[in-house]
Amino acid sequence: MNALLEATTTRTNPGIDPSLHIWGWEIVVYLFLGGLVAGIFVLAAALELKSGEKPRGTALRLMPIVALGLISVGMGALWLDLAHRLWAWRFYLFFHATSPMSWGAWILVLIYPVGLLLGLGSMNDEQRAWLRGKTPGALRGLLTTLFGWADGRRRGILVTSVAMGVALGIYTGLLLGTMPSRILWNSAVLGPLFLASGISTGAALLLLLPLEESERKTLVRWDAVAIVAELVLIALMLLGFATSGEVGQWAASQFLGGPYTAVFFSCVVVLGLLVPLVMEAIEAKRHLPFATILPVLILTGGLALRWILLTAGQHSAFRFLP
Amino acid sequence: MSAAKTATKRYAMTVDTRQCVGCKACVLACKAENAVPDGFCRQWIVEEIRGEFPKLSAEIRSERCNHCTDAPCVKNCPTGASHVNEGGVVLVTHHKCSGCKACIAACPYDARFVHPEGYVDKCTFCLHRVQKGLQPACVGVCPTGTLTFGDASDPESAVSAQLRERSSKVNHPESGAGPNVHFLV
Repeated sequence: MNALLEATTTRTNPGIDPSLHIWGWEIVVYLFLGGLVAGIFVLAAALELKSGEKPRGTALRLMPIVALGLISVGMGALWLDLAHRLWAWRFYLFFHATSPMSWGAWILVLIYPVGLLLGLGSMNDEQRAWLRGKTPGALRGLLTTLFGWADGRRRGILVTSVAMGVALGIYTGLLLGTMPSRILWNSAVLGPLFLASGISTGAALLLLLPLEESERKTLVRWDAVAIVAELVLIALMLLGFATSGEVGQWAASQFLGGPYTAVFFSCVVVLGLLVPLVMEAIEAKRHLPFATILPVLILTGGLALRWILLTAGQHSAFRFLP
Repeated sequence: MSAAKTATKRYAMTVDTRQCVGCKACVLACKAENAVPDGFCRQWIVEEIRGEFPKLSAEIRSERCNHCTDAPCVKNCPTGASHVNEGGVVLVTHHKCSGCKACIAACPYDARFVHPEGYVDKCTFCLHRVQKGLQPACVGVCPTGTLTFGDASDPESAVSAQLRERSSKVNHPESGAGPNVHFLV
C-alpha cells in the first residue's frame, strides 16, 4: 500500500478539530468523584455487612452523607459541562436503555435516597439528637419516619447500597467504554476497571480519616485487593487491544510505546498502584502505617487514570489510524 | 407512494470522487440553506493525496453525516433528541438536546458539533427540502454532478443504479455503524 502523504480538510469545527476535545476537567472531576462515591457506598455498606455492627468512628458514620455532598459536586461539574444547561431536566423525561448516560442520570437520582437511608442508619444517638435539633419542627416527624426505615430495613439498605455503588462505578467506565468510535475507550473492561479504581479511591479517602484499628486493617486489605484487580484489568485491557486486529493494536500502541506510555505508567501504574500496594504490604507485615502518603498516592492515581483515559480516548478516532 | 414503500425508504447519497473538484460549493450551499453559524460547517471537503512523488493519486471527497443505519449517536443519546426520522435520516430535536455531547463522542465520523445556541447540530440531508420534492442544497448546487441523493431501497433510483453499476466504498466501514454516504471510485 502506498504511504499516505497528505490529507487536508476544510473542516475546523470547534470541539471536533483537529481532534475531539469536547470533554474537559468537568468530566474528569465527575468521573473521579463518581468512582469515589461508588467506592464509599460499597465499602461503608460492606464493612457493616461483614462486622454485623454499625461503624464506631464518627468519620465513618457520617461518610455516606458526605458522599452525597461529593456526588453533588460531581453532578455540578457535569452540569457545567452541558452546552445547554437549562435543558438538564430533559434527562429525566426519558430513559434510553442503549445510552449509558441515560442509565447514569437515573442511577444518580437513586443514589440520593439510598445514601440518605444508609447515612441516617449509621448515625449514633448523639448525632441523631443533634440532627433532630437542627431540623425544622414540621419536618421532625418525617425525620423520625426515615430513622425508623433506616433502622428497620438495615440489611436491605446495606445490600442496596453495595448494588448502587457497583452500578455507579461500572457505569462511569461504560460511559466511555461503549463509544465504538473512540478506539481507546472501546473496551468493556473500563466498567470494572473504573469500579475497582473507585473502590480503591473510596478506601483511600476513608484511610485519611480517623478510623478504628480493625476498620483500618480491613480497608487496607480490601484496598490491596482492589489495586491488584485494577492491575489485572489494565493488563487485560491492553491485552484485549493488542490482540484484536489493526484498530486495537493501534490503541494498545498508544500506551505501549506511544505518546501516553510515560504518563500512564508513571502516574497510574507505578505511583498510583504499585507503590501503594507495596506500602500496604509493608503496613500489613511490619505494622508501619503510611497515614497520609498512601491515600494521597491512590487518590492522585485514580484522578490520573481518568484524566489520561479521557484525554487519550478523545484523541483516538478511526480517521487517525495510519 | 404506498405506506409499505415509505416504511422501507432508505435515503442515501453517492459522492463521485472522479467528478469532485473540491470547489466547496456544497459546503457554502449548506451553510446558506441551513443558516449554519460562522466558524462551523455541516459538511466539508477532504483532499487526500496518496503515493510517493512523482507517482501520486489524489482523491477529493465531499463529506458529511453518514446517517448511519445503526447510528451510535442515536443509541448514545440520553434524552431522545437524536433520533431516526423518515427514510433513516438522523436528526436532532433541538429543544430536547441538553448539549451533553455524548453523540459527538459516539460519532465515528466527527460529523457533529455544538451549535452556539447550545444544541448539537449536523447535516439533515436537507430533509425539509426533500419532503417538498427538492434535492438537498448541496446536491442541487454541485456544478460537476458529483452528488446524487435518493432512496437506496428503490432499485429504480439514481442512487441505486450508481451503487449497482459503479465501484464504491464507505468511510470507516470498521465502525460497524452502516454509513449511507457512498463514495464512487
